[in-house]
Amino acid sequence: MLWEAFMLAQRAIRRNVLRSSLTVLGIVIGVAAVIIMVTLGNGATVKVAEDISKLGSNMLQVRVGQSLRRTGGVSSDAPPFHLEDAQAIASQIAGLQAAAPMSIKPMQVIYGSENKSTSITGTTSEYLTIREWKVVQGRGFNEGEERAGQSVCLLGETVRKALFGSEDSINETVRIGKLAFKVIGLLEAKGQSSFGTDQDDFVLIPIRTFQRRLAGNLDVGSILVSAKDGVSTTKVKADIEVLMRERRNIGPNQADDFYVRDMKEIIDTMTSTTKILTALLGAVAAVSLLVGGIGIMNIMLVSVTERTREIGTRLAIGAMERQVLMQFLVEAVVLASFGGLIGIASGLGIALLGARLLEMPFVLNIGVVVGAFLFSGAVGIVFGYFPARKAARLDPIEALRYE
Amino acid sequence: MLQVAEEKTNEDASQMIASTALIDLRGVSKVYGKGQAAVQALKGIDLRVPRGDFVAVMGHSGSGKSTCMNILGCLDTPTTGEYFFEGVAVGKLSRDQRALLRRHYMGFVFQGFNLLQRTSALENVELPLIYRGLPIKQRREKAREALAAVGLSNWEGHTPSELSGGQQQRVAIARAIVSNPQLLLADEPTGNLDSARSKEIMELIVQLNRERGLTIVMVTHEPDMAAYALRQVQFLDGQIEWVQTF
Repeated sequence: MLWEAFMLAQRAIRRNVLRSSLTVLGIVIGVAAVIIMVTLGNGATVKVAEDISKLGSNMLQVRVGQSLRRTGGVSSDAPPFHLEDAQAIASQIAGLQAAAPMSIKPMQVIYGSENKSTSITGTTSEYLTIREWKVVQGRGFNEGEERAGQSVCLLGETVRKALFGSEDSINETVRIGKLAFKVIGLLEAKGQSSFGTDQDDFVLIPIRTFQRRLAGNLDVGSILVSAKDGVSTTKVKADIEVLMRERRNIGPNQADDFYVRDMKEIIDTMTSTTKILTALLGAVAAVSLLVGGIGIMNIMLVSVTERTREIGTRLAIGAMERQVLMQFLVEAVVLASFGGLIGIASGLGIALLGARLLEMPFVLNIGVVVGAFLFSGAVGIVFGYFPARKAARLDPIEALRYE
Repeated sequence: MLQVAEEKTNEDASQMIASTALIDLRGVSKVYGKGQAAVQALKGIDLRVPRGDFVAVMGHSGSGKSTCMNILGCLDTPTTGEYFFEGVAVGKLSRDQRALLRRHYMGFVFQGFNLLQRTSALENVELPLIYRGLPIKQRREKAREALAAVGLSNWEGHTPSELSGGQQQRVAIARAIVSNPQLLLADEPTGNLDSARSKEIMELIVQLNRERGLTIVMVTHEPDMAAYALRQVQFLDGQIEWVQTF
């Protein structure tokens, strides 16, 4: 009986091709929109994760305060780190490649008549090792400069371009605040990060210089750590936590006033935004699917009115209410699912094209494809039911008399 | 559920073949509307139609003949009185049970043919068999036989718009007889046809009555057409004015 209903439905649909296509257009657009949004959104998420992994998947960051994941946020009364903490981590934790203390302060850098607002980062030469950052011209800090806290600096590409343009910058003197710094090296350009920040917009100076000349204290903002290849970051993270609890005299029942983020957590934090956006856009697109459903209901109602005599004839020759209901319901579902299929095909096509243009990976989510198809079928059932019931409940006498 | 309803109808039918008449109307009245707006379309009709009969129902519009036909075709039920079809009290049946009664025992021919547009003659004739749940092979076979019986063997693939009025009515008759009904109900079958076509259709109907013993009730307001019937029933103001047997 279902097969008969299906055959009847496809015949009725083919009888009026133009109207049927216009009817399903709403569903096509709705499904395509959902597929495009979700596919591109997933692509963006994967790209962000990939980009962050490029920073080094064995990287960890030790910060003061509490992880944003836990409730309460960052507590301001947590004591800062000191250089000794970074040294302790470097010497006492097994399997580390390097550990670098890091403090950041936004300031102006001035050269001649040019100036540039940037982040002044105080750190050690280990920082370059951990971030796999090359010095393309000049040299990095030497031990003497680091120990003595001399006024030397390495320029990020963006800062160099803003201050010097095409001029040579090595051994020139720039001013940071009121202090003069000698440029000893230039850093390789890394370009934009996937979350839109300019990675080259910074100046590196020795951490001791930062502490004495810029901050006026011995604090260290955070510690950057990288594990050796093949060493579990989870293990390193746990070891650092034990060590830091000890160093910071945190009792067994006290919560940590610092936290260690590994790359996975950073990726999760960064991708959670794109994931939320993807879900949001997908949901908005799904609303257009409902609008498409209303279009189907509209046309089905017109179709029922137009075919009143046909329905009357069917009822007269012995069709039961249920069979007429089924006929129109199947017609609506076939229409909607057909629209769903076209929507999936065109949505995937556009998403593929979009992914190419935006240089993002094309991430096919079978769940969403199947879900969109089932949802379009469900839209057919929901919005086809009312017209189908109207058809089934027609009085055959009235229906046969209908002009 | 379909089977249950079907069996029930069959059971009822077999239990109650008390009367020999195929159709037995006893004091049938029909009232439309309520209160002051109420219209009494039928005022206590008694009518018996034995098997093999051919009855022409005549009368002006508003005489109650259409209401009577609707009740005979189980499309409507009497307000008071009883309609026995093959001994089954139709008034007690549900809407679906009446649909099953129509499906298995009745064929309908309408003034406006009521064929499905853009659908071949063969498929139109098959329609009642689809609801009977027959497999496609048998359906095709029976539909071909029915089309042959109305002389349209060579027109199977034509859609209604490719057929003349007379041919369309033949297709409609084929559709009505394809399921071997007990009763053929024809509502002004020649109303849309010229006199030559009308004559052909009437001869076909008479032939079905004579050769197959098909019981026929036909509404018409043309005396020429009514003359083909074995009996004429004249309606006036919701009552039977006279019955004439030839």
